[in-house]
Amino acid sequence: MTDPVLSVENLSLRYRVPGGSLQVLRDVSLSVQPGEVLGIAGESGCGKSTLAAAMIDLTGANAERTAGTIRLSGRDILSLGQADRRRMRGRDVAMVFQDPMTAFSPVLTMGSQLVDFQCNLDGVSRREKSDRARAMLARVGLSDPDLAMTRFPHELSGGMRQRAAIAAALLMRPAVLIADEPTTALDVTMEAQIIHLLRELQADYGCAIVIVTHHLGVIAELCDRVAVMYAGQVVEEAPVDALYHDPRHPYTRALLACDPARIEEHTGRLPAIGGRLPDLTAPPPGCAFAPRCPLASDRCRTLPPPRVTIGPGRAALCHEVAP
Amino acid sequence: MLRYAVKRIALAVVILITVMLAMYAMVFLVPGDPASLALGPRATPELKALLRERMGLDEPVLWQVWHFFRSAATGDLGYDVWSKRPVLDQILEFFPNTLILGVAALGWALTLGIALGATAVVWRDTVADRLLGILSVGLISVPAFVVAIYAILIFAVWLRWLPAIGAGNPGDPLSQLRALVLPAFALGVGWVGYLARLVRASLLEVMGENHIRTARAFGLPESRVVLRYGLRVAIIPTIALMAVGLGSILSSAVFVETVFGRPGIGTLITGAVQKRNYPVVMGTVLFMTAFYLFIVTAADLLIARLDPRVRDVLRR
Repeated sequence: MTDPVLSVENLSLRYRVPGGSLQVLRDVSLSVQPGEVLGIAGESGCGKSTLAAAMIDLTGANAERTAGTIRLSGRDILSLGQADRRRMRGRDVAMVFQDPMTAFSPVLTMGSQLVDFQCNLDGVSRREKSDRARAMLARVGLSDPDLAMTRFPHELSGGMRQRAAIAAALLMRPAVLIADEPTTALDVTMEAQIIHLLRELQADYGCAIVIVTHHLGVIAELCDRVAVMYAGQVVEEAPVDALYHDPRHPYTRALLACDPARIEEHTGRLPAIGGRLPDLTAPPPGCAFAPRCPLASDRCRTLPPPRVTIGPGRAALCHEVAP
Repeated sequence: MLRYAVKRIALAVVILITVMLAMYAMVFLVPGDPASLALGPRATPELKALLRERMGLDEPVLWQVWHFFRSAATGDLGYDVWSKRPVLDQILEFFPNTLILGVAALGWALTLGIALGATAVVWRDTVADRLLGILSVGLISVPAFVVAIYAILIFAVWLRWLPAIGAGNPGDPLSQLRALVLPAFALGVGWVGYLARLVRASLLEVMGENHIRTARAFGLPESRVVLRYGLRVAIIPTIALMAVGLGSILSSAVFVETVFGRPGIGTLITGAVQKRNYPVVMGTVLFMTAFYLFIVTAADLLIARLDPRVRDVLRR
């Protein structure tokens, strides 16, 4: 296997909140190979968006890393100075955000923002940057890029804005593109188009993509590999087909059982996972999923689950999974 | 946009007429007959009647109001009871002094206030931010005339750096500028603190928005993120406030002009009120109201230009 372009090693991160701290990421390890599409799935509050933000060093001011490293093209980004971290953004790693409605400044034209966003591109004039932006807008499927450049964000539709956000992220040909719920704010037709576009662009530019979503269909469409997160931990990691056909972690199974697209019988009610997420200010000593898990035994409640390697590129964080 | 402009201007005219009517009502409600007051206790009834006639006070009230509106519309604000000079001439003579004072005060307050507010955001939650907060609240709390008196004491009486009174010699820009420094300082001080707080709050709110995170995600330098992406949005409510601020600054100019013995609208109006010189009072208030409405309307139109979202709502 080649060297990963992005790797997260034993990362733990917490948010300082009034009255304590939330342990949002607990000992997370993941790696992304060049050109690979990795999906990160999980329910709201599992830490997937925080992980995505950490990959581009954009966690909020109240976030604190307690352990671990993040390596981008081999460099430990968290040990770099502010200026070096800033220089990396957009060039080595770029991000597409969830809500295209608010992702752009409302008072600057799309063109001037797309030019600004190339600030880490050296030795290129504003004029050339503008040409690059226009070409990229055309590439992501905006029918009139010249017009779009002069428009303000609110004058474009949601789908167009998300395309523009993807164009912005690809402007500097980053090695890794991180997309945080890129289709959640869009309707289903738009979602399909954006997924199709991402797949096409990935084939063209060969960049690695990390896509964070709670939509399992998006992952099945787009990804090579999946990491399932629960309560700040990666509980299962597997190639996408293997995960869908043979989920091993009880949480993954429960999650897949809840996917409306996979339900064959018409029952009139949607399945759900009983119980709720554990309190992350004081995570349980054993398995975080134990209180909701049908297979949980006593050791699940008291001992932290081991990381069990199931097969090539497959692992699960569980007491009950046999290798 | 054009329809919006027309609507705003029409509204300004309605407000202006309302203010004029209120002013007129006030003249009749305030005790003290202008003619007896003007002529003193020993004036004969005949003399009083003559003056009342000359001031137009013997005519029916509605007729007076109509007459006033008609002349005001043509720019004729009547004549000073004492000097017989046209009121408009006096206003035009004194107004530039007040306007220069107001603009100078607002100008330095705006520059420093925005700078301090942006600084507080760049250094948010540090000691510097907290000190700026205390300083701002302190500046807001001190009334302009107190600052004025201390400014005269320190810079004019003790240090003798700047003149204490007057507006400088006509035709000598340097002396006029020197005479402007202390009054503009006194008038603007409170606004520095106020603007710093406003810009800080407004900017902090904007800095939490998603588009700021986007700008950071592309590695834009923090200074550029704050100034271009943050301040550009945060400045919009500040402009709206500044229009109101200029009105308030022109009213406090009355105090400052009195303290500094500086000729201006403030001294003109206080003098006229004391002598029941109604044409001057009414003319001045009318003029200032019109000016204020002009500024507020212009600010609204400017905001519509600066914020494309507002502009688009208006276009529909």
